[in-house]
Amino acid sequence: MKIGILAVQGDFEAHAAMLARLGVATALVRTPADLDGCDGLILPGGESTTQLQFLEEEGLAERIRRFAAEGGALFGTCAGTILLAREVQNPAQSSLGLLDATVLRNAYGRQIASAVVSGACQGKSGPLEMVFIRGPVIERVGAGVEVLAEYAGKPVLARQGRILAATFHPELTADTTVHELFLQLAASREPAAAAAANQ
Amino acid sequence: MTAQGASGNANDWRVKVGLAEMLKGGVIMDVTNAKQAEIAEKAGACAVMALERVPSDIRKEGGVARMASVKVIREIMATVTIPVMAKVRIGHLAEAEVLQALEVDFIDESEVLTPADEENHIWKHDFRIPFVCGARNLGEALRRIAEGAAMIRTKGEAGSGNVVEAVRHMRTIVSQMRKLTTMRDDELMKEAKELGAPLDLIRQVARTGKLPVPNFSAGGIATPADAALVRRLGAEAVFVGSGIFKSSDPEVRAKAVVKATTHFEDAKAILEAHEELGEAMPGLDIRQIDEKDLLQTRGW
Repeated sequence: MKIGILAVQGDFEAHAAMLARLGVATALVRTPADLDGCDGLILPGGESTTQLQFLEEEGLAERIRRFAAEGGALFGTCAGTILLAREVQNPAQSSLGLLDATVLRNAYGRQIASAVVSGACQGKSGPLEMVFIRGPVIERVGAGVEVLAEYAGKPVLARQGRILAATFHPELTADTTVHELFLQLAASREPAAAAAANQ
Repeated sequence: MTAQGASGNANDWRVKVGLAEMLKGGVIMDVTNAKQAEIAEKAGACAVMALERVPSDIRKEGGVARMASVKVIREIMATVTIPVMAKVRIGHLAEAEVLQALEVDFIDESEVLTPADEENHIWKHDFRIPFVCGARNLGEALRRIAEGAAMIRTKGEAGSGNVVEAVRHMRTIVSQMRKLTTMRDDELMKEAKELGAPLDLIRQVARTGKLPVPNFSAGGIATPADAALVRRLGAEAVFVGSGIFKSSDPEVRAKAVVKATTHFEDAKAILEAHEELGEAMPGLDIRQIDEKDLLQTRGW
């Protein structure tokens, strides 16, 4: 299995370090061709406005939509979740539109509101540590979206098919729970679909 | 985390360094008003730095350079959605408290402004807003981190349009770190003494080969190729000061620098970034600048 990490801007190295600890091969994705042969793609934290510019102007958005249509797994953290959402507000901006959700940018406030908290997460017996940094809020999710964790009454970890989205940063903690969940989604891709996509 | 220091809260430290992590691979642009901030954001800047005058104007006009006006910083914060940084004078903890009350996202304790204290830097662990500080070598970088800086940038020579000092400082820091990784435990105390840096941080760098916080570059970057150069030498992101808005083509140049910073290992992309460019800002030969006019020697 190989996991791509979008590396146009943001904390892609933190995700790479986490996957290295889990013994998974990674590829930094800066061009559409970099995604060839990957089973999953992580959209890291960072500035969504910056990342979006690269996605839209360098053919990456189209490539990622095709990757998703071919069964590739996607995992967004913070800015990555903003990119995945169908609708983005505060202010409105375009996105990949792959996750049936409405996301509000910087909804907790500026950096002074950034914090480390803990809360319950499906599939984990103890509390999950969550690092929020100028995080967005998932305001609405569609019927096909399963909420795996909430904080302060809002979804903070959600799954739709093989798409996983967190508004916090599991890559900035020592806890591998959320990344392991993503690896399961990536591994669940039909082998035939993967082979066809990589031809 | 070792660098967190005695007086800081561990989780506060994590979110401070966490924001610095989010800025990696990006370009932070100096802006003096909301209009420039908007141009920077549209061009793909990952943050903006609010200041009263860009470094090349400070150099030209002289006088005391202070924190930017609160009114202008507020306008910039209201205009863009990306993080807003602002500069304070070295040692000016009251200016920093003003910026914290204003809720800027990052504070730069900067040698570009006129120092308020020639002996002491701010004790940055006392703040909840993260700080970035300049450094010319590893000892200086680790002293600032020990005081609570969550990000280090090379000082370079701000407002010069000349990348030579940023290169010197990045090469110095990286080679001093590489040397530490080759040393025996019993040699590290002497190295700590010579670099003037705390032993626990020296030991941490010896183990990891990296600074405990993100390591960015600033001071003299004027072209896309300059940005790619400092990235190749180890900078994890780039600050551009006068280089954007003192050029003949701020919109195009800002975007080109952003592109080259991301694709710093792809010569074809850097070539594309250069295709449409007009005139860069005028540059200065560092050897023609009087010792007393150098900004990089402020702070220690």
